[in-house]
Amino acid sequence: MKPGKFDYYCPKSVEEALTLLEEAGFDGKIIAGGQSLVPIMNMRLSAPECLIDINRLDELQFIEHDDSKMKIGALTRQAEVERSDVIQKHLGLLSEAVPNIGHVQTRNRGTFGGSLVHADPTAEIPLSLMALGGTLYIASKEEVREVNVEDFFVTYLTTDIMPNEMLTEIHIPVPKGRIGFSFNEISRRHGDFALVAAACQLSIDSQDRISNIRLVVGGVEPVPLLVEEANEIMQGETLTDSLLNKVTDIVDEKIEPESDLHATAEYRRHMAKNLVVRTIQSAYERARGENDERT
Amino acid sequence: MSVHEIEVTINGTKYREQVESRMLLSDFLRETCGLTGTHVGCEHGVCGACTINLNGSAVRSCLIFAVQVDGQSITTVEGLAKDGELTPLQKNFIECHGLQCGFCTPGILMSTTDYLQKNPNPTVQEIKEMLSGHLCRCTGYGGIIEAIQKTIEENSKELEHERR
Repeated sequence: MKPGKFDYYCPKSVEEALTLLEEAGFDGKIIAGGQSLVPIMNMRLSAPECLIDINRLDELQFIEHDDSKMKIGALTRQAEVERSDVIQKHLGLLSEAVPNIGHVQTRNRGTFGGSLVHADPTAEIPLSLMALGGTLYIASKEEVREVNVEDFFVTYLTTDIMPNEMLTEIHIPVPKGRIGFSFNEISRRHGDFALVAAACQLSIDSQDRISNIRLVVGGVEPVPLLVEEANEIMQGETLTDSLLNKVTDIVDEKIEPESDLHATAEYRRHMAKNLVVRTIQSAYERARGENDERT
Repeated sequence: MSVHEIEVTINGTKYREQVESRMLLSDFLRETCGLTGTHVGCEHGVCGACTINLNGSAVRSCLIFAVQVDGQSITTVEGLAKDGELTPLQKNFIECHGLQCGFCTPGILMSTTDYLQKNPNPTVQEIKEMLSGHLCRCTGYGGIIEAIQKTIEENSKELEHERR
């Protein structure tokens, strides 16, 4: 099992990488951590003619934050996100989700941006970012454009990024107030691809009424599914069983899971509903435990 | 641009070689450098046999191209023992029957060595999670976990001794 032939370039700046991408056109492919790309190249499911290696672009490796947002460089390793104290403090959902990606050894190399661009519909980072909300910065030689995460994923393994563009950084709003979050996934073994996953971040007011909820389900649609109706019906309400039932009915209605070698569509549907309940409940309980307004 | 000259430091020794861009780092280590301690199993990042240390982190050498590590520093299982003296972890693998055929062992040693440096006192659950990135098909994981736990105990005793 060996990859096909390709030309290799190792740019020293984002500018140089974008020039190379422009020249390579459809034949060019960026390699970051390579933890998804190299397996599919080894299996010859993909044979790009030209690889542009961005691993030397230190300018794309950072975690910074101010009062309102967290900025994460596209090349930041998943392990760095996992170990980051500021992420743990401000974006707990990410700290909870990232350890589910592959294994320690692949997270040491795999990148935050790479996972988003690869856009596997069950992947942890796309799902979490959808629940957190955020903006992706996509650069080409001509411009840097901003894309909201809601518009980023197009279908299986396909995003809004054009062949001459690359993801450079991601900005995520830092939530304030009484916040709760939860990430859950079902996989056969630790480190396997999730069969179904759910993520949620919500905020509640001083009376424990939900003021905002972003619920996302993965593995049941070609892209991570943001259940916007959940926010509509849950706003202003405290969490009750009948409210949860309404949400699972909506989820049931919205999803079209597929059967494959690993699980049937029925199983995925069943588990998606269970996970949604579990995820909302634990996020809500966490929010109730947050007594003081966070600054 | 499909053949490149690279210089890599492996276990403290510099290697300057010509490589095709598609050559995997695992193949480079074994076939070009003759360092066959790094094993090749699944070649898609699942089995963990090819795990090495690159710039201070345990990573899969089958998911990196040799050309990508130009100018960088690597440790393989051959680089663990110093002057023929095995590391405490290696000795404990022997002691606790942590290996039988030995195919998975180099990768597990490389992962564990890195892991214990960053997390000196992991729980059994954390050890198991770290090991989930490695497939062992003969001994089973019992002896491996025991060997790792014994190493952790010895390390903490040594630390205590130093403090006194």
